[in-house]
Amino acid sequence: MREEIIVSGRMNKGVDPILHAWGWEIALYLFLGGLAAGLIIYTAFYAITKKENKYFTATKVTPIFASLFLILGLSALFIDLHHKLYFWQLYTNINLRSPMSWGAWTLLIVTPLIMIYSVLNFKELFPRINVQKFNFLKLIISPIDSETINWQWRYSLIRKFESFLQKNIRLLLWVLLILGIILGMYTGILLSAFNARPLWNTSVLGVLFLTSGLSTAAAFIMLLSKNKEEIKWFSKIDLIMIAIELFLIIHMFMGFLASTTVQIEAANLFLGGQYTVVFWVFVVFIGLILPAILEIMELKGMHINHKISAILVLFGGLLLRFIIIYAGQNSRYLY
Amino acid sequence: MAIDTLKCVGCSDCVVACQTENNVPIGYCRDWIVEVTDGTYPNLTLENRSERCCHCSNAPCVRCCPTGASHKTEEGVVLVTHSDCIGCAACITSCPYDARYTHPEGYVDKCTFCYHRLADGLLPACVSVCPTKCMYFGDIDNPESTISEVLKNRKWKLLIPEAGTDPKLYFLI
Repeated sequence: MREEIIVSGRMNKGVDPILHAWGWEIALYLFLGGLAAGLIIYTAFYAITKKENKYFTATKVTPIFASLFLILGLSALFIDLHHKLYFWQLYTNINLRSPMSWGAWTLLIVTPLIMIYSVLNFKELFPRINVQKFNFLKLIISPIDSETINWQWRYSLIRKFESFLQKNIRLLLWVLLILGIILGMYTGILLSAFNARPLWNTSVLGVLFLTSGLSTAAAFIMLLSKNKEEIKWFSKIDLIMIAIELFLIIHMFMGFLASTTVQIEAANLFLGGQYTVVFWVFVVFIGLILPAILEIMELKGMHINHKISAILVLFGGLLLRFIIIYAGQNSRYLY
Repeated sequence: MAIDTLKCVGCSDCVVACQTENNVPIGYCRDWIVEVTDGTYPNLTLENRSERCCHCSNAPCVRCCPTGASHKTEEGVVLVTHSDCIGCAACITSCPYDARYTHPEGYVDKCTFCYHRLADGLLPACVSVCPTKCMYFGDIDNPESTISEVLKNRKWKLLIPEAGTDPKLYFLI
């Protein structure tokens, strides 16, 4: 028998008895960031391939939501910082070996870009707005009459900038596509860079989070869209993503079980340990398998509300991030 | 730094000395004592270890720090610049020894090998107070230093070398 105990007493807050450096803020950000990344990827991809009419929601409406999710997620990240007023130090250097560093730079570029892209679509989305209700808009927009506006910018500089962007829209979309993929993957890579937490220390995590982001984003488009064709197409995409996700989860556990003691112990948190039920029942069954079954039945022609499976997928994606964050801090090398 | 586990009695003097010297906030500590009991009665062995930041050569905290607040000095000491630290806790999660914590003021804090004392030619507080003189501190790159002599003549082990961080805290066995 071997017993290792700290006899001098160590109760560092957030570290003992088990590590709790990151809480709900990080888990929520991972979910919102992944969802936003998925939305950005679909938007950029279908706009580049000129399918705006076919997939209207995915190309024109979701950029607004992607911007909102990013802003919310970034706020959660900011809340999590303990030395908040020094956050700008993130942008004083680039440390390529730290995924958090290049993730922060990606966010700094992609957030304004997707916000600008959603504003570019305002003319098409909200052709007429009652100016009385949104009086503040008069500051930057010149109304066509006293009642309505048509997004005619008041300042020539903004008008010039808009036409410059319209000319280079394909370049903007390509940049968005690439940054979206980086955004979707970096959160997983960030966790896998911590070899001190055996559960996170697997290269599957980057791809798993990207796939989960694409799956939740497809589900979100299904929730918003009113076009039957679009819903059907994105439920097919969602099905493929769920299949890949299931494969990656099995792949991840196979990797753990074939690895070192600490990683076998990390896998055992899910195979008999405290996270077994919540992971296999709520994430894998209710969040992945059940919506997949519902989507297959619906594609076969049965009448099932597609919103049910979409909500289940979103719930599963959120829970996956929470479990990975909390269980990861439970897996360790010492004591 | 090297710690003689055969001489250490686990008195926690090093812990208190560190807290006093470095003004560590109440309820926190930068070093701690681990007591390892092996075997079944009556065949027991005991090992006392005074543990702290291992000032690893391949420090994951320095790698994961997004701002460069965690850095390595020329001498090989891993330090945190408080005014560069944003308190994101990436270094805390990256440390397999759990040697770091968030200071109540927001930045991340850890053992500095008493860097401020080294400049004056003094030993770290924990080493200087040890009643059994079980700790050795010095430059391992200098073959003539006491610590190099000790490491040459004694058997030693590292704590979880399999974590791949190349720790620089040696335990004499």
